[in-house]
Amino acid sequence: MLEFLELLGKTARGSFAKLGRATFFLMHVLAGIREVLPRPNLLNKQLYSVGVLSFLIIAISGLFVGMVLGLQGYYILSDFGADESLGLMVAASLVRELGPVVSALLFAGRAGSALTAEIGLMKATEQLSGMEMMAVDPINRIITPRFLAGLISTPLLAAIFSSIGVMGGHLVGVGMLGVDDGAFWAQMQNGIDFNEDIINGVIKSVVFGFVVSWIALFEGYDSVPTSEGVSRATTRTVVNSAFSILGLDFILTALMFGDI
Amino acid sequence: MQHSKTQDTLVGMFVAVGIAALFYMALQISNLGSYSNGDSYTVSARFQNSGGLKIKSPVSLAGVKIGRVSSITLDKSSHEAVVEMRIDSQYDNLPDDSSASIYTAGLLGEQYISIDPGSSEDYLKDKSRLDITSSAIVLEEMIGKFMMNKAEGK
Repeated sequence: MLEFLELLGKTARGSFAKLGRATFFLMHVLAGIREVLPRPNLLNKQLYSVGVLSFLIIAISGLFVGMVLGLQGYYILSDFGADESLGLMVAASLVRELGPVVSALLFAGRAGSALTAEIGLMKATEQLSGMEMMAVDPINRIITPRFLAGLISTPLLAAIFSSIGVMGGHLVGVGMLGVDDGAFWAQMQNGIDFNEDIINGVIKSVVFGFVVSWIALFEGYDSVPTSEGVSRATTRTVVNSAFSILGLDFILTALMFGDI
Repeated sequence: MQHSKTQDTLVGMFVAVGIAALFYMALQISNLGSYSNGDSYTVSARFQNSGGLKIKSPVSLAGVKIGRVSSITLDKSSHEAVVEMRIDSQYDNLPDDSSASIYTAGLLGEQYISIDPGSSEDYLKDKSRLDITSSAIVLEEMIGKFMMNKAEGK
């Protein structure tokens, strides 16, 4: 019994210590924004590797998610004779939930894991210590540009995901299944509110981008500097990001759309 | 760190496509494109029963949408629903003896307010009140009445 309590205490102390380190890390990263903004080249390079290279997977997934929503929605809605509402259904589920959530999950898998592995390997090969020796702050120079790039890319990627998804839904619904084109758009525009749905979706994806970039960079920076440590850190990034995205999504949805 | 022009171009394209997608969502997917969010005036009406009317339900005249419901509250003294609606100011020539009714679009569709124009020479102004109203039709109530009549008739 006593051993169990000791183990529990140790685990709790460990997680609190990690949370504390993560918070200080975040403060440091945020303080570094001032240093990064005058050097847009640093940011540009990261926007390329984090954002541009994620574009293709986001666009293709968005297209297929939209097409599947079109198919599934049509079969259910046509049972009720409400197949004109297909546009509304596709757009609402994409803009409110699937766009921000799925693009953040894909972003965590595509870019987050790469960030962790990159930072972890830099730490393992002592590049970060090397920078410190040259009196260059590795957080300002290496981490903050990546963090900013993640923060900027996710809302853009989510918007691309949703837009392409709506086009995919249109392709299947109007092109293949014969839903009326006018009704498809009219129902959508009637039902989707700019402030309530689109702005909230963008806020969600900004929050997810913040959290995923934070987790990915911190796990890399905090990893054990061995090949095994880096591999574990990469796994933790993907798992923790997925948990935080889905958990935060519930909280944000309850705050934004529920009457709590 | 070498500086590559193609990379800059690709980043620029990425940001441009992302912002274009945001605009696409705003204009094509949401109601922002059809918003005449400029000027409007508020008119209120009292109903015995506001049924399934919601904030943002449409207000129409002769089938044309002229505004939206902006608030639904309960008047504590008369136990009536007070519905306020914002009407686009381009429709500023509605007679002040117009009546408001709550109808349902389709059998199970959403409810909306339909305005029937009266014949008065004075027009509705901001904060004026529609006095002639007819409440939402509650399907259960109608079925109940129908069943009662059937039973009594026998």
